[in-house]
Amino acid sequence: MPNDYLISVNDLCFERDSLKLFGDVSLCLSAGEILLLEGPNGCGKTTLLRLLTTLLKPTSGNVYYCGELLDKVRYQYLADMLYIGHQSAIKLALSAEENLTWMAASEGLHEPQMVRDALQRMGLGRVYDLPCHQLSAGQMRRVALSRLALSRCRLWLLDEPLAALDAEGIELIKSCVRKHLDRQGAVILVSHQDLAAGPMRKYDLKENCF
Amino acid sequence: MILKKIVFNVNGVAAVRGFSDYVKRDLQLAYRSLGDTVAPLIFFTMVCTLVPLGLSPDTQRLSEVAPSMLWIMALLSTLLSIERIFIHDYEDGSLEQLLIAPQLIEIPILGKIVAHWLVTGLPLTLMSPLLGLMLSLPGSAYPALLLSLAIGTAYLSAVGAVGASLTVSLGRGGLLLPLLVVPLYMPIIIFGTATVTFAVDAMQWLGPLAAMGAMLCAAIALCPLAAAAALRFSSI
Amino acid sequence: MAMGSTKWQWFYRLGSPRWFYEISGRWLPWLVCATIILLGVGLFWGLALAPPDARQGHSFRIIYLHVPASLLALAGYYIMAVTGAVGLIWRIKMSFMLMKSAAPIGAALTFMALFTGAVWGKPSWGTYWVWDARITSMLILLFLYLGVLALQRAFTSVEAGYRASAILALVGTVNIPIIYKSVDWWHTLHQPATLKLTSASSIHTDMLEPLVVMVCGFYVFYVLALCLFTRSEIVQQESATAWVKALATSESRT
Repeated sequence: MPNDYLISVNDLCFERDSLKLFGDVSLCLSAGEILLLEGPNGCGKTTLLRLLTTLLKPTSGNVYYCGELLDKVRYQYLADMLYIGHQSAIKLALSAEENLTWMAASEGLHEPQMVRDALQRMGLGRVYDLPCHQLSAGQMRRVALSRLALSRCRLWLLDEPLAALDAEGIELIKSCVRKHLDRQGAVILVSHQDLAAGPMRKYDLKENCF
Repeated sequence: MILKKIVFNVNGVAAVRGFSDYVKRDLQLAYRSLGDTVAPLIFFTMVCTLVPLGLSPDTQRLSEVAPSMLWIMALLSTLLSIERIFIHDYEDGSLEQLLIAPQLIEIPILGKIVAHWLVTGLPLTLMSPLLGLMLSLPGSAYPALLLSLAIGTAYLSAVGAVGASLTVSLGRGGLLLPLLVVPLYMPIIIFGTATVTFAVDAMQWLGPLAAMGAMLCAAIALCPLAAAAALRFSSI
Repeated sequence: MAMGSTKWQWFYRLGSPRWFYEISGRWLPWLVCATIILLGVGLFWGLALAPPDARQGHSFRIIYLHVPASLLALAGYYIMAVTGAVGLIWRIKMSFMLMKSAAPIGAALTFMALFTGAVWGKPSWGTYWVWDARITSMLILLFLYLGVLALQRAFTSVEAGYRASAILALVGTVNIPIIYKSVDWWHTLHQPATLKLTSASSIHTDMLEPLVVMVCGFYVFYVLALCLFTRSEIVQQESATAWVKALATSESRT
């Protein structure tokens, strides 16, 4: 397999209960690129993203990370990968700061100041110590996405990151993504809104082509 | 080679860190939702009150059934709370983040089991002498009651975690969960009540207690593995 | 996967539902014949020809159903667990289908063992139910089976149901020896003085021979039932595939 891609996917197939969701998906992504997965509802965008997180196992086909088979470098890959899905993994009983501290610690980041800065940047400076059940849906989404402001993972897998965000929030996410791309990071994204933050490639899951 | 070393380090460091972190986090969460946490304890007290009401307030008869009643009630109270071990994490997405964390997930799961025991099993154990007093359990039985409940509730938490992991994605799993784990709980209730009954009859009660200890050791070794497999295979 | 290597080819062919469906279709007539002959001979021999028991009279004859059912109930749980484990380790769907089919058969046999035991208990102990060690263990085995059955049917995703119930079956397997030992020990603690099980368990050869035939008959019957259940499961799960559709059209034509 070519080595210069950060991640490449070869003939990926996924069946659920012998029902084929998609087949022969082949795509690749270099550092510094965004890949947008497109397609109508129910064509398996979220499923493909979850396959890339290793939460689901493909029926057939392979995923390569830095040219190595994913199963061989699984821990390294998981350490380099950040996944933010529909569910935000936020504990309602904890404050924004506590939630983000926990998420940062799972990446091995332990500086409290970084967490504060990230929340400040995401416009949550005034509510960082409120329990999250007092926040609005948009604010909760911001808490979840404030991981992007401090994450050092190379590959981001984002599922509908812009849902429930206002215009200002979308701008904040764009700036995070831009910084990430400057650092030679890569993003794979499922979104129905435009996230024009850099050189973007699109992959249509219905037609299986770029 | 270098990559392999990195993988090993990431794995090793994160694995050890995972355990205490998850214990602390689950304790913190239990403290924040104190109402949910103490519900099994209140349930324990309340159903123990049912025994004299349903049977008779006669101390002689109460003291006869006290060991088994305390044990059955402790089991039911644990059953009431065992679903919580994974369900909230599943609902808010923390569970999938755990499954893709770069570490052995058995370690955090063991941490969650320990945290569950600390917030249900241990308080139940500490409360049991009080209820033993109300059910006129003879004085000689208290050490056996405390020790057997301490070991036994840990076993209940560990085995219950397997059941909880199997049913976590069902939503209505709360109904199914007791069905799965109660048969697995039967040996421990045999040894648990035997320990206390032996102590009441002034017999040597270390034997059944040792059997419980052995079962707990096996459960600590095997249950996180089974729960991890169940979460990986069936929760997503 | 090492699909190409010939050494493993038989193994993966074994994993093909279609192959199983065809081969088991060829076995079925033989299995039916063997079941009818073995059970017929065994029942006639046991119920009509074997001498009555010295103490229990004719009521002992229920062992010709009770003993084989109990044996297979326990063996069936292990069959379920082993097929489940094979399915989990090698990700073979066929194996999961066998596991799923083994559960209701095993539960039915366990229930039969309990029921025949109760019927037998009335004339020999004077009561339908006693908390005997073996009966209690059998009851717990029934609960374990019911758990697996319930879990299999609770999942909306068939595969998730397969995997979850396979794990539960394995957990149960680890627990069965513990349960048996602990129930045995519990029974010695509370041994009721008035009730004694048939103490001299040395069974006369005239009674034993038909029992052996019955046990063999039950084993063949188990295989037959497993094949039938699995075939129906295959047709259900593979209904979208071309070969099942072809099968359905050819069957409706004839």
